[in-house]
Amino acid sequence: MRVSVQKARFDLGHEAQAFAADRTDMGAIVTFTGIVRDVAGGLAEMEIEHYPAMTQKAIEEIAQEAKDRWSLGDVLVIHRYGMLQAGEMIMMVATASRHRKDAFEAAEFLMDYLKSRAPFWKKETTETGSGWVAARDEDESALDRWAKSD
Amino acid sequence: MDVLYFAWVRERIGVPKETVTTTASTVADLVAELRTKEDRYEAAFADLSALRVAVDQELADFDASLDGAREVAFFPPMTGG
Repeated sequence: MRVSVQKARFDLGHEAQAFAADRTDMGAIVTFTGIVRDVAGGLAEMEIEHYPAMTQKAIEEIAQEAKDRWSLGDVLVIHRYGMLQAGEMIMMVATASRHRKDAFEAAEFLMDYLKSRAPFWKKETTETGSGWVAARDEDESALDRWAKSD
Repeated sequence: MDVLYFAWVRERIGVPKETVTTTASTVADLVAELRTKEDRYEAAFADLSALRVAVDQELADFDASLDGAREVAFFPPMTGG
């Protein structure tokens, strides 16, 4: 398991290749990549603030939860902070499992939890000003599907 | 105790971090204390449903105990991913 909270850009191809390399036991690798989206048009930049003392630990706990719930050979989470432009990669997750179902489900679980349980906040600046991106109710309710019934 | 603020909470209060001497036993007590300090705190804490809190870097509820706590952070709902 690797969790990296970083300011620097990452190379998706390089990271995915390194994650998949030298594996003979894992039949499935799923990767997801989040991109800065220019929602309204005219996005000048997006600033991502985070809580340095908490971020790494919070993501590691989410990743460990994924490993506990699905049969995973490995998990990778990279999440950036700082100043980003439209089209830049914000983050990626990768999951490895013997069969694809675990890898897909665990990747979705990681994304749902990173959205609303990892301490990041996005601020968008456009030509008309800047404002904090509001959390969406759908992001919070997305966690319900992972609630344990036992 | 260190009190940290992030995103628009930080902007409304005007500082990212401050050291507070308090006898508050829960997060809610601490919020009540802070709100009486100055208008900028009232502006930040007016609607608690818009806020989240972490005690010693773990997400917590507003009724969480501050017994032994060294760091409390207030922030809006997170927007990662």
